[in-house]
Amino acid sequence: MTEILALAADNLISPIVLSFALGLAAALARSDLAIPEAAAKALSIYLLFAIGFKGGVSVADHGIDLKLGLTLLAGVVLSALLPLLAFGLLRTMSGMDRLNAAAVAGHYGSISIVTFVAATSVLESSGIAAEGYMVAVAAAMEAPAILSALWLISRGESKARMDSGLWREILLNGSIVLLVGAFLIGMVTGAEGLSEIDSFIVAPFKGVLCLFLLDMGLVAGRGMQKGRGALNMGAVSFGLLMPLVGGAAGLVAALLLGLSTGGTVLLMTLSASASYIAVPAAMRVALPEANPSIYLTLSLGVTFPFNLTLGIPIYLAVAQAVTGG
Amino acid sequence: MQTHKAKRVEITIEQVMENRLTGALRGAGVTGYTVLPVRAGSGKSGEWSRAGQVSRAEGMVQVVCIIRPDRLDTLLEAAFAVVERHIGVVCVTDCEVLRAERF
Repeated sequence: MTEILALAADNLISPIVLSFALGLAAALARSDLAIPEAAAKALSIYLLFAIGFKGGVSVADHGIDLKLGLTLLAGVVLSALLPLLAFGLLRTMSGMDRLNAAAVAGHYGSISIVTFVAATSVLESSGIAAEGYMVAVAAAMEAPAILSALWLISRGESKARMDSGLWREILLNGSIVLLVGAFLIGMVTGAEGLSEIDSFIVAPFKGVLCLFLLDMGLVAGRGMQKGRGALNMGAVSFGLLMPLVGGAAGLVAALLLGLSTGGTVLLMTLSASASYIAVPAAMRVALPEANPSIYLTLSLGVTFPFNLTLGIPIYLAVAQAVTGG
Repeated sequence: MQTHKAKRVEITIEQVMENRLTGALRGAGVTGYTVLPVRAGSGKSGEWSRAGQVSRAEGMVQVVCIIRPDRLDTLLEAAFAVVERHIGVVCVTDCEVLRAERF
Protein backbone atom coordinates (compact mmCIF):
# COMPACT_ATOMS: atom_id res chain seq x y z
CA MET A 1 0.00 0.00 0.00
CA THR A 2 2.81 2.39 0.90
CA GLU A 3 4.45 1.59 -2.41
CA ILE A 4 1.27 2.37 -4.33
CA LEU A 5 0.92 5.69 -2.50
CA ALA A 6 4.55 6.57 -3.21
CA LEU A 7 4.11 5.73 -6.90
CA ALA A 8 0.88 7.71 -7.04
CA ALA A 9 2.57 10.68 -5.36
CA ASP A 10 5.47 10.55 -7.85
CA ASN A 11 3.02 10.29 -10.71
CA LEU A 12 0.92 13.18 -9.43
CA ILE A 13 3.86 15.58 -9.50
CA SER A 14 5.10 14.49 -12.93
CA PRO A 15 5.03 17.17 -15.66
CA ILE A 16 2.53 15.05 -17.60
CA VAL A 17 -0.09 14.88 -14.84
CA LEU A 18 0.52 18.47 -13.75
CA SER A 19 -0.02 19.64 -17.34
CA PHE A 20 -3.33 17.79 -17.37
CA ALA A 21 -4.21 19.32 -13.98
CA LEU A 22 -3.41 22.79 -15.33
CA GLY A 23 -5.77 22.30 -18.26
CA LEU A 24 -8.46 20.90 -15.97
CA ALA A 25 -8.13 23.78 -13.49
CA ALA A 26 -8.13 26.39 -16.27
CA ALA A 27 -11.30 24.93 -17.77
CA LEU A 28 -13.08 24.67 -14.43
CA ALA A 29 -12.08 28.27 -13.66
CA ARG A 30 -13.57 29.23 -17.05
CA SER A 31 -10.24 30.58 -18.37
CA ASP A 32 -10.13 31.26 -22.10
CA LEU A 33 -6.96 29.16 -22.42
CA ALA A 34 -7.29 26.97 -25.52
CA ILE A 35 -5.08 24.85 -27.75
CA PRO A 36 -6.05 25.57 -31.37
CA GLU A 37 -7.93 22.66 -32.93
CA ALA A 38 -5.33 22.16 -35.68
CA ALA A 39 -2.47 22.24 -33.16
CA ALA A 40 -4.18 19.63 -30.96
CA LYS A 41 -4.67 17.46 -34.04
CA ALA A 42 -0.99 17.83 -34.96
CA LEU A 43 0.06 16.88 -31.42
CA SER A 44 -2.08 13.75 -31.51
CA ILE A 45 -0.69 12.77 -34.94
CA TYR A 46 2.83 13.13 -33.56
CA LEU A 47 2.09 11.03 -30.47
CA LEU A 48 0.37 8.25 -32.44
CA PHE A 49 3.18 8.13 -34.98
CA ALA A 50 5.89 8.11 -32.31
CA ILE A 51 4.27 5.44 -30.13
CA GLY A 52 3.44 3.26 -33.13
CA PHE A 53 6.91 3.58 -34.61
CA LYS A 54 8.70 2.78 -31.35
CA GLY A 55 6.43 -0.26 -30.83
CA GLY A 56 7.28 -1.52 -34.32
CA VAL A 57 11.01 -1.08 -33.71
CA SER A 58 10.71 -3.06 -30.49
CA VAL A 59 9.01 -5.92 -32.34
CA ALA A 60 11.72 -5.79 -35.03
CA ASP A 61 14.33 -6.15 -32.28
CA HIS A 62 12.64 -9.05 -30.50
CA GLY A 63 10.98 -10.81 -33.42
CA ILE A 64 7.42 -12.06 -33.93
CA ASP A 65 6.31 -14.98 -31.81
CA LEU A 66 3.17 -16.90 -30.86
CA LYS A 67 2.70 -14.71 -27.80
CA LEU A 68 2.10 -11.72 -30.07
CA GLY A 69 -0.83 -13.47 -31.74
CA LEU A 70 -2.23 -14.71 -28.43
CA THR A 71 -1.96 -11.24 -26.87
CA LEU A 72 -3.78 -9.73 -29.83
CA LEU A 73 -6.49 -12.35 -29.42
CA ALA A 74 -6.69 -11.69 -25.69
CA GLY A 75 -7.08 -7.97 -26.42
CA VAL A 76 -9.98 -8.65 -28.80
CA VAL A 77 -11.67 -10.96 -26.28
CA LEU A 78 -11.23 -8.44 -23.44
CA SER A 79 -12.64 -5.67 -25.60
CA ALA A 80 -15.66 -7.80 -26.51
CA LEU A 81 -16.38 -9.06 -22.98
CA LEU A 82 -15.69 -5.99 -20.83
CA PRO A 83 -18.80 -4.15 -22.12
CA LEU A 84 -20.98 -7.01 -20.85
CA LEU A 85 -19.43 -6.64 -17.41
CA ALA A 86 -19.67 -2.85 -17.57
CA PHE A 87 -23.31 -3.03 -18.65
CA GLY A 88 -24.33 -5.20 -15.69
CA LEU A 89 -22.29 -3.15 -13.23
CA LEU A 90 -23.62 0.18 -14.47
CA ARG A 91 -27.25 -0.96 -14.46
CA THR A 92 -26.84 -2.27 -10.91
CA MET A 93 -24.95 0.75 -9.56
CA SER A 94 -26.84 3.58 -11.23
CA GLY A 95 -30.14 2.20 -12.45
CA MET A 96 -29.36 3.68 -15.86
CA ASP A 97 -31.71 2.77 -18.71
CA ARG A 98 -30.73 0.00 -21.09
CA LEU A 99 -29.95 2.22 -24.11
CA ASN A 100 -27.57 4.59 -22.33
CA ALA A 101 -26.03 1.80 -20.25
CA ALA A 102 -25.21 -0.15 -23.44
CA ALA A 103 -23.72 2.95 -25.06
CA VAL A 104 -21.55 3.59 -21.98
CA ALA A 105 -20.56 -0.10 -21.82
CA GLY A 106 -19.18 0.08 -25.37
CA HIS A 107 -16.81 2.85 -24.28
CA TYR A 108 -15.43 0.74 -21.41
CA GLY A 109 -14.53 -2.20 -23.63
CA SER A 110 -12.69 0.02 -26.08
CA ILE A 111 -9.54 1.94 -25.17
CA SER A 112 -8.08 5.39 -24.62
CA ILE A 113 -4.87 5.67 -26.59
CA VAL A 114 -3.80 8.75 -24.59
CA THR A 115 -4.01 6.76 -21.34
CA PHE A 116 -1.93 4.07 -23.06
CA VAL A 117 0.66 6.65 -24.16
CA ALA A 118 0.79 8.06 -20.61
CA ALA A 119 1.34 4.55 -19.22
CA THR A 120 4.20 3.89 -21.67
CA SER A 121 5.73 7.18 -20.59
CA VAL A 122 5.52 6.16 -16.91
CA LEU A 123 7.13 2.81 -17.77
CA GLU A 124 9.95 4.55 -19.64
CA SER A 125 10.54 6.86 -16.69
CA SER A 126 10.68 3.83 -14.38
CA GLY A 127 13.05 1.98 -16.72
CA ILE A 128 10.58 -0.86 -17.23
CA ALA A 129 10.49 -2.49 -20.66
CA ALA A 130 7.28 -3.71 -22.29
CA GLU A 131 6.43 -5.80 -25.32
CA GLY A 132 6.46 -3.48 -28.36
CA TYR A 133 3.46 -5.19 -29.89
CA MET A 134 1.19 -3.79 -27.18
CA VAL A 135 0.65 -0.93 -29.62
CA ALA A 136 -0.97 -3.39 -32.04
CA VAL A 137 -3.03 -4.79 -29.16
CA ALA A 138 -4.27 -1.26 -28.46
CA ALA A 139 -5.40 -0.91 -32.08
CA ALA A 140 -7.10 -4.34 -31.98
CA MET A 141 -9.06 -3.39 -28.86
CA GLU A 142 -10.78 -0.34 -30.39
CA ALA A 143 -13.62 -1.98 -32.31
CA PRO A 144 -14.89 -5.26 -30.74
CA ALA A 145 -16.49 -3.36 -27.85
CA ILE A 146 -18.71 -1.50 -30.30
CA LEU A 147 -20.11 -4.81 -31.55
CA SER A 148 -20.83 -5.89 -27.97
CA ALA A 149 -22.63 -2.61 -27.22
CA LEU A 150 -24.77 -3.02 -30.33
CA TRP A 151 -25.55 -6.60 -29.36
CA LEU A 152 -26.68 -5.39 -25.93
CA ILE A 153 -28.95 -2.88 -27.65
CA SER A 154 -30.38 -5.47 -30.04
CA ARG A 155 -31.58 -7.50 -27.04
CA GLY A 156 -33.82 -4.59 -25.99
CA GLU A 157 -36.45 -2.60 -27.87
CA SER A 158 -34.13 -0.04 -29.45
CA LYS A 159 -32.54 -0.53 -32.82
CA ALA A 160 -29.02 0.42 -33.79
CA ARG A 161 -28.34 1.91 -37.18
CA MET A 162 -25.46 0.09 -38.84
CA ASP A 163 -24.17 0.45 -42.38
CA SER A 164 -21.03 -0.45 -44.28
CA GLY A 165 -19.83 3.15 -44.04
CA LEU A 166 -19.86 2.96 -40.26
CA TRP A 167 -17.76 -0.20 -40.26
CA ARG A 168 -15.24 1.43 -42.56
CA GLU A 169 -15.12 4.48 -40.28
CA ILE A 170 -14.63 2.32 -37.18
CA LEU A 171 -11.99 -0.02 -38.61
CA LEU A 172 -10.15 2.57 -40.68
CA ASN A 173 -10.45 5.59 -38.43
CA GLY A 174 -7.45 7.89 -38.71
CA SER A 175 -6.01 7.01 -35.31
CA ILE A 176 -5.95 3.27 -36.02
CA VAL A 177 -4.51 3.72 -39.52
CA LEU A 178 -1.76 6.00 -38.21
CA LEU A 179 -0.95 3.83 -35.20
CA VAL A 180 -0.82 0.57 -37.17
CA GLY A 181 0.91 2.23 -40.13
CA ALA A 182 3.65 3.73 -37.93
CA PHE A 183 3.98 0.37 -36.15
CA LEU A 184 4.55 -1.38 -39.50
CA ILE A 185 7.06 1.28 -40.60
CA GLY A 186 8.93 0.81 -37.31
CA MET A 187 8.85 -2.95 -37.74
CA VAL A 188 10.20 -2.78 -41.30
CA THR A 189 12.91 -0.19 -40.67
CA GLY A 190 13.91 -1.40 -37.19
CA ALA A 191 16.63 0.17 -35.05
CA GLU A 192 18.32 1.68 -38.10
CA GLY A 193 15.14 3.53 -39.01
CA LEU A 194 14.75 4.71 -35.44
CA SER A 195 18.30 6.06 -35.34
CA GLU A 196 17.47 8.24 -38.36
CA ILE A 197 14.52 9.96 -36.70
CA ASP A 198 15.03 9.47 -32.98
CA SER A 199 15.85 13.13 -32.40
CA PHE A 200 12.30 13.82 -33.61
CA ILE A 201 10.26 11.03 -32.09
CA VAL A 202 12.13 10.15 -28.89
CA ALA A 203 13.55 13.29 -27.27
CA PRO A 204 10.57 15.66 -27.71
CA PHE A 205 8.00 12.97 -26.89
CA LYS A 206 7.33 13.86 -23.26
CA GLY A 207 7.17 17.59 -23.96
CA VAL A 208 4.62 17.04 -26.69
CA LEU A 209 2.69 14.68 -24.41
CA CYS A 210 2.57 17.45 -21.77
CA LEU A 211 1.04 19.90 -24.25
CA PHE A 212 -1.43 17.29 -25.47
CA LEU A 213 -2.48 16.49 -21.91
CA LEU A 214 -2.86 20.20 -21.20
CA ASP A 215 -5.42 20.18 -24.02
CA MET A 216 -7.01 16.99 -22.70
CA GLY A 217 -7.33 18.67 -19.29
CA LEU A 218 -9.13 21.59 -20.92
CA VAL A 219 -11.42 19.22 -22.81
CA ALA A 220 -12.12 17.11 -19.73
CA GLY A 221 -12.80 20.18 -17.58
CA ARG A 222 -15.21 21.68 -20.11
CA GLY A 223 -16.83 18.26 -20.51
CA MET A 224 -17.32 18.07 -16.73
CA GLN A 225 -18.98 21.48 -16.70
CA LYS A 226 -21.28 20.61 -19.56
CA GLY A 227 -22.07 17.16 -18.21
CA ARG A 228 -22.80 18.34 -14.68
CA GLY A 229 -26.13 16.88 -13.72
CA ALA A 230 -25.99 14.16 -16.37
CA LEU A 231 -24.60 11.60 -13.93
CA ASN A 232 -25.89 10.39 -10.60
CA MET A 233 -23.59 9.21 -7.81
CA GLY A 234 -24.00 5.60 -8.90
CA ALA A 235 -22.77 6.43 -12.41
CA VAL A 236 -19.80 8.42 -11.07
CA SER A 237 -18.92 5.51 -8.77
CA PHE A 238 -19.09 3.21 -11.78
CA GLY A 239 -16.64 5.49 -13.63
CA LEU A 240 -14.18 5.03 -10.77
CA LEU A 241 -14.78 1.33 -10.11
CA MET A 242 -14.93 0.03 -13.68
CA PRO A 243 -11.26 0.89 -14.47
CA LEU A 244 -10.22 -1.24 -11.50
CA VAL A 245 -12.45 -4.10 -12.66
CA GLY A 246 -11.12 -3.79 -16.23
CA GLY A 247 -7.57 -3.55 -14.91
CA ALA A 248 -8.08 -6.75 -12.92
CA ALA A 249 -9.36 -8.52 -16.06
CA GLY A 250 -6.30 -7.26 -17.93
CA LEU A 251 -4.06 -8.53 -15.13
CA VAL A 252 -5.54 -12.03 -15.30
CA ALA A 253 -5.11 -12.10 -19.08
CA ALA A 254 -1.53 -10.83 -18.83
CA LEU A 255 -0.65 -13.50 -16.25
CA LEU A 256 -2.15 -16.24 -18.42
CA LEU A 257 -0.14 -14.94 -21.38
CA GLY A 258 3.06 -14.60 -19.34
CA LEU A 259 3.61 -10.96 -20.29
CA SER A 260 6.48 -8.95 -18.81
CA THR A 261 5.80 -6.48 -15.98
CA GLY A 262 5.63 -3.63 -18.49
CA GLY A 263 3.34 -5.59 -20.80
CA THR A 264 1.11 -6.43 -17.85
CA VAL A 265 0.84 -2.75 -16.89
CA LEU A 266 -0.06 -1.84 -20.45
CA LEU A 267 -2.70 -4.57 -20.85
CA MET A 268 -4.17 -3.55 -17.48
CA THR A 269 -4.19 0.09 -18.59
CA LEU A 270 -5.84 -0.75 -21.93
CA SER A 271 -8.50 -2.84 -20.19
CA ALA A 272 -9.05 -0.11 -17.60
CA SER A 273 -9.34 2.78 -20.03
CA ALA A 274 -12.46 4.00 -21.79
CA SER A 275 -12.72 5.35 -25.31
CA TYR A 276 -13.66 8.97 -25.96
CA ILE A 277 -12.80 9.22 -29.65
CA ALA A 278 -13.75 6.19 -31.75
CA VAL A 279 -16.70 4.84 -29.77
CA PRO A 280 -18.55 8.15 -29.20
CA ALA A 281 -18.43 8.83 -32.95
CA ALA A 282 -19.74 5.32 -33.70
CA MET A 283 -22.49 5.69 -31.07
CA ARG A 284 -23.66 8.99 -32.54
CA VAL A 285 -24.23 7.22 -35.85
CA ALA A 286 -25.58 3.90 -34.59
CA LEU A 287 -27.42 5.05 -31.44
CA PRO A 288 -28.29 8.74 -31.80
CA GLU A 289 -30.92 8.43 -29.04
CA ALA A 290 -28.22 7.65 -26.44
CA ASN A 291 -27.18 10.75 -24.49
CA PRO A 292 -23.57 11.78 -25.35
CA SER A 293 -23.34 13.85 -22.16
CA ILE A 294 -23.53 10.62 -20.17
CA TYR A 295 -20.94 8.54 -21.99
CA LEU A 296 -18.52 11.37 -22.75
CA THR A 297 -18.63 12.76 -19.22
CA LEU A 298 -18.06 9.31 -17.75
CA SER A 299 -15.19 8.29 -20.02
CA LEU A 300 -13.50 11.67 -20.37
CA GLY A 301 -14.49 13.46 -17.18
CA VAL A 302 -14.32 10.62 -14.66
CA THR A 303 -12.39 7.56 -15.86
CA PHE A 304 -9.67 9.32 -17.88
CA PRO A 305 -8.53 11.62 -15.01
CA PHE A 306 -8.74 8.69 -12.58
CA ASN A 307 -6.53 6.49 -14.75
CA LEU A 308 -4.06 9.27 -15.43
CA THR A 309 -3.58 10.25 -11.79
CA LEU A 310 -4.21 7.15 -9.67
CA GLY A 311 -4.99 4.26 -12.02
CA ILE A 312 -1.64 3.93 -13.78
CA PRO A 313 0.41 3.95 -10.52
CA ILE A 314 -1.99 1.35 -9.09
CA TYR A 315 -1.64 -0.89 -12.17
CA LEU A 316 2.15 -0.49 -12.05
CA ALA A 317 2.37 -1.35 -8.34
CA VAL A 318 0.02 -4.35 -8.67
CA ALA A 319 1.84 -5.66 -11.76
CA GLN A 320 5.20 -5.32 -10.00
CA ALA A 321 3.88 -7.09 -6.93
CA VAL A 322 2.31 -9.94 -8.93
CA THR A 323 5.01 -10.48 -11.55
CA GLY A 324 7.88 -9.70 -9.20
CA GLY A 325 9.22 -7.18 -11.73
CA MET B 1 -30.66 41.79 -64.20
CA GLN B 2 -32.76 38.65 -64.75
CA THR B 3 -33.01 36.41 -61.68
CA HIS B 4 -34.68 33.01 -61.16
CA LYS B 5 -36.55 31.63 -58.19
CA ALA B 6 -34.85 28.83 -56.25
CA LYS B 7 -34.92 27.17 -52.84
CA ARG B 8 -32.08 27.39 -50.37
CA VAL B 9 -31.92 24.42 -48.01
CA GLU B 10 -29.72 24.65 -44.91
CA ILE B 11 -29.19 21.47 -42.93
CA THR B 12 -27.27 21.75 -39.67
CA ILE B 13 -26.31 18.26 -38.59
CA GLU B 14 -23.80 16.24 -36.58
CA GLN B 15 -20.41 15.98 -38.24
CA VAL B 16 -20.49 12.18 -38.12
CA MET B 17 -23.47 12.28 -40.48
CA GLU B 18 -21.92 14.63 -43.04
CA ASN B 19 -20.88 12.01 -45.59
CA ARG B 20 -24.16 10.14 -45.24
CA LEU B 21 -26.14 13.33 -45.83
CA THR B 22 -24.11 14.54 -48.81
CA GLY B 23 -24.31 11.02 -50.28
CA ALA B 24 -28.09 11.06 -49.91
CA LEU B 25 -28.27 14.50 -51.52
CA ARG B 26 -26.21 13.36 -54.49
CA GLY B 27 -28.46 10.30 -54.74
CA ALA B 28 -31.47 12.66 -54.88
CA GLY B 29 -29.98 14.46 -57.86
CA VAL B 30 -28.52 17.48 -56.08
CA THR B 31 -25.66 18.68 -58.25
CA GLY B 32 -24.00 21.03 -55.80
CA TYR B 33 -23.78 21.84 -52.12
CA THR B 34 -21.48 23.60 -49.69
CA VAL B 35 -20.38 22.25 -46.31
CA LEU B 36 -19.62 24.86 -43.66
CA PRO B 37 -18.03 24.33 -40.24
CA VAL B 38 -20.20 25.29 -37.28
CA ARG B 39 -18.47 26.96 -34.32
CA ALA B 40 -21.02 26.74 -31.56
CA GLY B 41 -24.69 26.73 -30.80
CA SER B 42 -27.48 25.92 -28.42
CA GLY B 43 -30.79 24.15 -28.86
CA LYS B 44 -33.07 21.41 -27.62
CA SER B 45 -30.08 19.10 -27.06
CA GLY B 46 -28.16 21.67 -25.01
CA GLU B 47 -25.18 23.94 -25.59
CA TRP B 48 -22.41 22.98 -27.92
CA SER B 49 -19.06 24.50 -28.88
CA ARG B 50 -16.39 23.45 -31.32
CA ALA B 51 -13.68 24.53 -28.86
CA GLY B 52 -12.22 21.65 -26.94
CA GLN B 53 -13.75 18.82 -28.91
CA VAL B 54 -11.60 15.72 -28.71
CA SER B 55 -13.64 13.58 -31.05
CA ARG B 56 -15.92 14.03 -34.04
CA ALA B 57 -18.77 12.76 -31.89
CA GLU B 58 -20.00 16.19 -30.91
CA GLY B 59 -19.00 18.23 -33.97
CA MET B 60 -21.61 19.92 -36.15
CA VAL B 61 -21.55 21.04 -39.78
CA GLN B 62 -23.96 22.90 -42.00
CA VAL B 63 -24.75 21.66 -45.49
CA VAL B 64 -26.18 24.33 -47.76
CA CYS B 65 -27.66 23.67 -51.19
CA ILE B 66 -29.66 25.71 -53.64
CA ILE B 67 -32.03 23.89 -55.95
CA ARG B 68 -34.90 24.41 -58.36
CA PRO B 69 -38.27 24.54 -56.50
CA ASP B 70 -39.59 21.44 -58.29
CA ARG B 71 -36.77 19.31 -56.82
CA LEU B 72 -37.36 20.33 -53.22
CA ASP B 73 -39.57 17.42 -52.15
CA THR B 74 -37.15 14.80 -53.48
CA LEU B 75 -34.29 16.48 -51.62
CA LEU B 76 -36.18 16.78 -48.36
CA GLU B 77 -37.27 13.14 -48.44
CA ALA B 78 -33.66 12.01 -48.99
CA ALA B 79 -32.36 14.33 -46.29
CA PHE B 80 -35.05 13.39 -43.79
CA ALA B 81 -34.16 9.70 -44.05
CA VAL B 82 -30.65 10.60 -42.83
CA VAL B 83 -31.35 13.30 -40.25
CA GLU B 84 -34.57 11.94 -38.72
CA ARG B 85 -32.98 10.43 -35.58
CA HIS B 86 -30.21 12.98 -35.20
CA ILE B 87 -29.60 16.36 -33.62
CA GLY B 88 -29.99 19.10 -36.22
CA VAL B 89 -32.12 21.62 -38.03
CA VAL B 90 -33.48 21.60 -41.59
CA CYS B 91 -34.47 25.00 -42.92
CA VAL B 92 -35.87 25.98 -46.36
CA THR B 93 -35.98 29.56 -47.62
CA ASP B 94 -36.83 31.21 -50.93
CA CYS B 95 -33.98 32.75 -52.83
CA GLU B 96 -33.10 33.97 -56.29
CA VAL B 97 -30.15 33.01 -58.46
CA LEU B 98 -28.62 34.51 -61.55
CA ARG B 99 -27.79 31.38 -63.53
CA ALA B 100 -30.72 28.95 -63.29
CA GLU B 101 -29.06 26.29 -65.43
CA ARG B 102 -26.53 25.64 -62.65
CA PHE B 103 -29.17 24.34 -60.26
